[in-house]
Amino acid sequence: MRFTKDHEWVELDGDVATVGITAYAAEQLGDVVFVETPDVGKAVKAGDAFAVVESVKAASDVYAPVSGEVVEANGELAGAPETVNAAPEAGGWFAKVKLADKAEYDALMDRDAYEAFLATL
Amino acid sequence: MTMNTVGRPTRPEGAAAGAEGFQSLTGARGLVQDEPLIFELGGWTKTGVDLPDVTEDADDLAGLTRAGLELPGLSEPEAMRHFVRLSQKNHAIDLALYPLGSCTMKHNPRLNEKAARMAGFADLHPLQPVSTTQGALALMDRLAHWLKTLTGMPGVALSPKAGAHGELCGLLCIKAAHEAAGQGSRRTVLVPTSAHGTNPATAAFVGYTVTEIAQTADGRVDLADLEAKLGDHVAAIMVTNPNTCGLFERDIIDIAKLTHAAGAYFYCDGANFNAIVGRVRPGDLGVDAMHINLHKTFSTPHGGGGPGAGPVVLSAALAPFAPAPWVVSGEAGLALAEAAEGEAAQAFGRMCAFHGQMGMFVRAYAYMLSHGADGLRQVAEDAVLNANYIKARLGDVMTPAFPDGPCMHEALFDDRWLDGTGVTTLDIAKAMIDEGFHPMTMYFPLVVHGAMLIEPTETESKRELDRFCDALRALALAAKGNDDKDRFKNAPHLAPLRRLDETLAARKPKLAWRPETLAAE
Repeated sequence: MRFTKDHEWVELDGDVATVGITAYAAEQLGDVVFVETPDVGKAVKAGDAFAVVESVKAASDVYAPVSGEVVEANGELAGAPETVNAAPEAGGWFAKVKLADKAEYDALMDRDAYEAFLATL
Repeated sequence: MTMNTVGRPTRPEGAAAGAEGFQSLTGARGLVQDEPLIFELGGWTKTGVDLPDVTEDADDLAGLTRAGLELPGLSEPEAMRHFVRLSQKNHAIDLALYPLGSCTMKHNPRLNEKAARMAGFADLHPLQPVSTTQGALALMDRLAHWLKTLTGMPGVALSPKAGAHGELCGLLCIKAAHEAAGQGSRRTVLVPTSAHGTNPATAAFVGYTVTEIAQTADGRVDLADLEAKLGDHVAAIMVTNPNTCGLFERDIIDIAKLTHAAGAYFYCDGANFNAIVGRVRPGDLGVDAMHINLHKTFSTPHGGGGPGAGPVVLSAALAPFAPAPWVVSGEAGLALAEAAEGEAAQAFGRMCAFHGQMGMFVRAYAYMLSHGADGLRQVAEDAVLNANYIKARLGDVMTPAFPDGPCMHEALFDDRWLDGTGVTTLDIAKAMIDEGFHPMTMYFPLVVHGAMLIEPTETESKRELDRFCDALRALALAAKGNDDKDRFKNAPHLAPLRRLDETLAARKPKLAWRPETLAAE
């Protein structure tokens, strides 16, 4: 699993990247009350806002950590946004993206680097 | 002597134990009335007013009339009590300090109200002949003059009805100016991370793409990041000054120069103009457009969210694109120019049907005249002084988000001082209600963790500021102490309703009342 400074995680299976927000982000947001996932088929560029997560405290954009095409969105989140709090790095995934450039994935932080980054916040 | 045989005791018998544990027989809370929704009070099968039966076919609406409007049927005293009871549950600036940061909840002088109720202003209709509205037009013209003078800007559009409406007006002027110069391909607006949410929302509404500008460690716009993000795709930047961290953007001149060098316009969010009015003219800083919240800086009421007024001052480059109408002077006296012709040929259109919020114009102008230029300057000075007093009095028990140097009109604290206590910003806010104070703005701006943003305004006395600071100091010490945290975790204890489940309210919102029979479906 790889991570961004904006607290998204990516897990690669072949050339399909599953994307979500980290446990740290979910805890900081507080209770998630609404999630807007991207449409399947949408082309995204790394760094683009591609989903929205809203908690009682704030609404935040979720940025695509890698470029590619959205091949699946987590439809469960619409009815059960609390999954993002309960299992942010598992069942709370947002979308799956067919990777355009694996180098983008390789350039992201691994868990050790992300945890070292969190320690600086 | 005559003996008094009434036997009425005039002193409490025994120790006054207070309300602890007391339960009334009916569940009532004394004279603090619990108030249901108006629909729960009176069914729609009855009516509180006797009306004669309709005896002839009075349907002028081609069969569109409905039977059974499902309106609550209350008598006049029932309706009166309902609304007065609700009004008693309101917190208001006329009841107590209202320290909501960024909102500028200052006293609304009664002189303003007196002026606004004068029949010559209050009873006007926008369509009556201009020969009968010369006084009102003169007031608008003079208000425009004051706004232009105070900001050092050559143009002003009075008609926008609120801050965000003013932002929209300003960005539409910017869009029109770019299109007139063949620069319509500029589609990006840069907004700092600490901005009011309305800034990116306005830019998106106009059709622009929003890009965030990073913030420096000391809470200002990151110039290097701004410079990197400027380019020939950028239409404008939107910066609030003083910003939402309560800090003056000290690089504001450079921000304007960089923006103009890139061919973009500088929109300034004037929400915090009350901190600098009379001391700084935004026009001198290089601002191209700025809305002025009359309900903040110039003390017109916030009402129940309105009516507001958000006139927009404009630089020479943008003034030609200002929306109609505006006051013009001719042989027959003053008039409102409505058509895009002559000098006004480039006006982008209009923001609303008529000329704006006349009642707010009168109040704001009354405030200006009663303060004068020197008084307005003192408004800014006192607003800044009061905020710094709060920062100084609370700085040792709470953690200022930006401890170095003074703040402007609002004091911003983060939640580092609550680390390890188990108490959160939300708990502090709720506990303030028990201590008799409306909470400050919390969790905004988003760039500060657990933010507590306190704006006392200039209209609070030192005595009231001390009462407020004493209460917050006591809460801070209790939060850091070893006592049970029930005081905080279950606050408010003394409000009509206790802690509400905001998560449930957001996840399963009840947006409209339904009778139980329908709600079950």
